[in-house]
Amino acid sequence: MTTTAAPPQAPASTEPPVHKASLRKRLVPYWLLLPGILWLLVFFVLPMVYQASTSVQTGSLEEGFQVTWHFGTYWDAFTEYYPQFLRSLLYAGTATALCLLLGYPLAYLIAFKAGRWRNLLLVLVIAPFFTSFLIRTLAWKTILADGGPVVAVLNNIGFLDVTSWLGMTEGDRVLATPLAVVCGLTYNFLPFMILPLYSSLERIDTRLHEAAGDLYARPATVFRKVTFPLSMPGVVSGTLLTFIPASGDYVNAELLGSTDTRMIGNVIQSQYLRILDYPTAAALSFILMAIVLIMVTIYIRRAGTEDLV
Amino acid sequence: MRNPLTWLRRNLVVIAGLGTLAYMILPNVVVTVFSFNNPTGRFNYAWQEFSLDAWKDPCGVADMCGSLSLSLQIALWSTLVATALGTAIAFALVRYRFRARGAVNSLIFLPMAMPEIVMAASLLALFLNMGIQLGFWTILIAHIMFCLSFVVAAVKARVLSMDPRLEEAARDLYAGPVQTFVRVTLPIAAPGIAAGALLSFALSFDDFIITNFNSGNTVTFPMFVWGSAQRGTPVQINVIGTAMFVIAVLVVLAGQMVGNRRKKAQPK
Repeated sequence: MTTTAAPPQAPASTEPPVHKASLRKRLVPYWLLLPGILWLLVFFVLPMVYQASTSVQTGSLEEGFQVTWHFGTYWDAFTEYYPQFLRSLLYAGTATALCLLLGYPLAYLIAFKAGRWRNLLLVLVIAPFFTSFLIRTLAWKTILADGGPVVAVLNNIGFLDVTSWLGMTEGDRVLATPLAVVCGLTYNFLPFMILPLYSSLERIDTRLHEAAGDLYARPATVFRKVTFPLSMPGVVSGTLLTFIPASGDYVNAELLGSTDTRMIGNVIQSQYLRILDYPTAAALSFILMAIVLIMVTIYIRRAGTEDLV
Repeated sequence: MRNPLTWLRRNLVVIAGLGTLAYMILPNVVVTVFSFNNPTGRFNYAWQEFSLDAWKDPCGVADMCGSLSLSLQIALWSTLVATALGTAIAFALVRYRFRARGAVNSLIFLPMAMPEIVMAASLLALFLNMGIQLGFWTILIAHIMFCLSFVVAAVKARVLSMDPRLEEAARDLYAGPVQTFVRVTLPIAAPGIAAGALLSFALSFDDFIITNFNSGNTVTFPMFVWGSAQRGTPVQINVIGTAMFVIAVLVVLAGQMVGNRRKKAQPK
């Protein structure tokens, strides 16, 4: 070894350390990413692979399952449970529309009209996140109870006539009907609509409103031509954040609905945890994922804000 | 206020917005009111009479406080791990150009763009196939997995809006890389990291769907509430729900007060 022969300041020996340092520098992002990405690969991507393999297995719990590439499970699962798929998309879609309808005024109020109340209103929107959502969903059982004040009022103003004509309620009951499930879904996911709406509304320069007013636009026109188009990123991410989780939810259908309101989440849950028919459960879960991903892709294309995330 | 109809039209947004807020707060009001109920029978869905019993003895129900402390432990650990891993990813994504950056971005985004039940079911498929015992560790693994993306999103937003010249200035003043990070970068990124941590704590503490699939016989607080919907809901559940709401409001308000004071202390 000739380590002592080369003086530290020799030009020849300074080259390798510089190279080493720049290599180390180039590796920094990979070291930062490594643990987290490894976690996602092992506990997010790999499970998907396992679920895919489960979905093409056949067998029984007693004799064990074997991969037989039986793709028929997908077709059987879909044809047997398409009513639940349709119902999930219908309920989730209705809840999303209601969230937008209810959430927009509140987000608008907080962004433009709240003044010094703004922080308090925001806290009231966020605080429910910290109370267990199951407890709050159970509270709807009390609110919508048969013969309770809410149902009585809805009955008196003829609201229940309209909803039962729509097939959303039966007689003078609300609990255990589609209306109760949609009401619960809307309630559960409202914050996920309001927060993105608020953050995109808040960014709008209010001088644009004044300018539109100066050009003799009526308030409704200002909203239609200026405010709403500028809030589109919030509308798109809010509807996605509401629709995606709502389509796979089974808590509201279980607690507030009946066997007639079962959503696809309820089916997947009972196939996996009660019936233990793993291949069907895995196939159903992949069909749900495919439907949601396709719908979301089409929606984002049409809404035209691909640079959302 | 000459014409009530004009007044109504002018304040339509305020009325509709406050209506939505009432809709959002109503269940919390019901939870609070019913925490003072003295129900007959197993369920606490109908009002009987005023009672302070549940508040005097919040842990008087078998297994409830045990599940609560288990949920707190899981939430704390998953917040700690997810925040550390997520913050590192966020810095890598914002501060460095490297190959596979797009792929990493999509990998982070996917867990948020998927119905929770799909992830829950696929994790169960993994654990079943590998013969892993379901329980504390599988819950923790799952929670860290889904909290990670939210931490990355929160920290990324903050680091993106950070002025890189502040760090350059620190380096110009002969701060080493570690010193720059600890004295300049970290304090500026702190609100984003705190937001990510708070979010993942809330998500983990409240998670039901993924826990339901991967908990085995282990009972977290949401699992306890779910079970009680079948077996009977003790009033103490409402006490815990009320306390959580009050604590959350106080924590958020305190956070904002600290933030406001900071803003006043160092005017930009």
